[in-house]
Amino acid sequence: MKYVDEYRKKELILSVAEKLRTVSKKEIVLMEVCGGHTMAIHRFGLNSLLPPNIHLISGPGCPVCVSSQHFIDKAMAYSKIPDVIITTYGDLIRVPGSTTSLEKERAAGNDIRIIYSVLESLEIAKDNPGKNIIFLGIGFETTAPATAAAIIRAKQEKISNFFVLSAHKVMPPVMKALVEEGVKIDGFIAPGHVTAITGTTIYNELASDYGLGVVVTGFEPADIMQAIIMLVIQIESGKQQVEIQYQRVVHKEGNKIAQKLLNEVFVAGDDRWRGLGIIAESGLKIREEFYSFDAENNFAVEIPESTEPKGCICGQILRGLKTPADCSLFIKRCTPTDPVGACMVSGEGTCATYFKYRS
Amino acid sequence: MMATTPNILLGHGSGGRLMHQLIGELFIKHFSNSILDEQTDAAILDIGLSEIAFTTDSFVIDPLFFPGGNIGKLAVCGTVNDLAVSGAQPLYISVSFIIEEGFAINDLEEIVKSLADEAKKAGVLIVTGDTKVVNKGKCDKLFINTAGIGRIKKENLNINKALKITEGDVIIINGTIGDHGMAVMNARESFNFRSGVESDCASLNHIIREVTDKYQVKFMRDPTRGGVATVLNELAEKINLGIEITESYLPVNNGVRAMCEVLGFDPLHIANEGKVLFVAGEKEGQKILEVLKNNEYGKQSAVIGRVVFDHPGKVVLKNETGGRRIVDSLTGDQLPRIC
Repeated sequence: MKYVDEYRKKELILSVAEKLRTVSKKEIVLMEVCGGHTMAIHRFGLNSLLPPNIHLISGPGCPVCVSSQHFIDKAMAYSKIPDVIITTYGDLIRVPGSTTSLEKERAAGNDIRIIYSVLESLEIAKDNPGKNIIFLGIGFETTAPATAAAIIRAKQEKISNFFVLSAHKVMPPVMKALVEEGVKIDGFIAPGHVTAITGTTIYNELASDYGLGVVVTGFEPADIMQAIIMLVIQIESGKQQVEIQYQRVVHKEGNKIAQKLLNEVFVAGDDRWRGLGIIAESGLKIREEFYSFDAENNFAVEIPESTEPKGCICGQILRGLKTPADCSLFIKRCTPTDPVGACMVSGEGTCATYFKYRS
Repeated sequence: MMATTPNILLGHGSGGRLMHQLIGELFIKHFSNSILDEQTDAAILDIGLSEIAFTTDSFVIDPLFFPGGNIGKLAVCGTVNDLAVSGAQPLYISVSFIIEEGFAINDLEEIVKSLADEAKKAGVLIVTGDTKVVNKGKCDKLFINTAGIGRIKKENLNINKALKITEGDVIIINGTIGDHGMAVMNARESFNFRSGVESDCASLNHIIREVTDKYQVKFMRDPTRGGVATVLNELAEKINLGIEITESYLPVNNGVRAMCEVLGFDPLHIANEGKVLFVAGEKEGQKILEVLKNNEYGKQSAVIGRVVFDHPGKVVLKNETGGRRIVDSLTGDQLPRIC
């Protein structure tokens, strides 16, 4: 398969690993921000190919995992309003809220539908004029443009029963927050697909003001190994900067059309992250011009104070401070079949990845 | 046929004239054989003096028509394969329809034709059945329930108990994995992947018989829902030995691979409807592979792994870069990833 097989060649990956051993001397901690990277690193066993002085830690880049308990609880409250249809991407339905999950609410008779594209919500809205469709908007700069496009289309087509509960988030503020909080990171394996949208300037401050290496990275094993070498070379030579490894997809200026969509519909606002609390300017809020599509502006629900599950350390795992192996619930009480925390639900969650690729 | 109405009416399930018309002009027309034609309440079957294998299955697939088959073909294949992997020669099946009021009779006829064609291919007789029509909205278009009876030879009686499996035995599959599940998902969710993926839906009794008549098979199972991973996990637990499979040996069609990469699925967890996993001794395995490769339903057969002493009760996958991971059974539905 083109663009896949050539980046999975054993000889290529082993030769990069060999080169890495010759250039790497310092103890270096690299954070892979994106859940897709965590997944690939474990799927292809890349950790075992690294010299012992290079440490990879997983970051907060799994959209399902970082969606706050409060958001899940609110989605469930919406699902109980008469004549509401909730539409959502698949993983989210299994995330436990404070008391139950969307999956259980669906079994209890609430109308909750899994969709693959937000645009399906518009079709559902047109087919069900007597109902209100609330789409649960989660994800980073990768999925948010599609939500923006759906809102714009709803406005153009005068679809008045389509709403979005936005928990869309942006990456740079959380990356900065982790560093400021004191998590020891020397460089970021930066998210390839997010950067394909945003362009690379969003990381400039991380390199210039915080002295961190940033390499925008693809998702195949050879991509990740190459990015690690690029970061090691930057850090060993003290020349930290923003570089693109994933050049076949990412351009410095990003995707202008998607950026325009984002800016037209959303504005940055403070947002809640699971386990990390409220981070300034880290969320995408719907602009006033589009308030008629904003679920929060159109439906009032009361949400009791959300509580994180007892013993769950998702928050520390999302900050790269702990690994699933440090959690007393991991495998024993928390499994993909019966997850306690969000990181065990999504296929790209750190705990689910550690579970799947345990040996 | 049945030009009076293009759609199923509640009356078609009433037991009255309409129902007799449906049975006579549609079901008997396509399924006709001397036992069914008697139209008695129960079919009287001659199965000779032997043990019998008996199975039942229900089919509720959405969409009813998908690339590579439809619910009718699937109903025969599913029932025949359940008997065949139990070591039995499938002989007779029953077919019951639960039809939603308003269902297009043309569609029903197409499905019935597929049932008849596939039964003929598999060499089984449809000998009894039933029809119910339910109010609109009370079922999703059409459900089919089947039962099947097969004759089983004494030497095959224990084949599913996997009693003789030992370390070093090989695991063989008769072709690419994941085709059925991805073809159906592509049709159902309107992903519009131009993947060309078709369901592998096929009756496997002939190919299985070709193998078991000549060679000793220690275990066989059709990896339907839950996929290859689930069958191998159940087997590893049953025999309390480990199973090691090699990723690069797994036959996966490029379209299926691409869809799985995009959606974040594991082909090992995707349903198949024309595949069978065999476990056999290493030497025997090579001969079985040859037989399979010469059959139209086994051209891409491969040895995908072996039974090992390590990690008893668990299935471990080796990948190209030397990584190893535990392969679990499928938990719940596979859900597509978000980004």
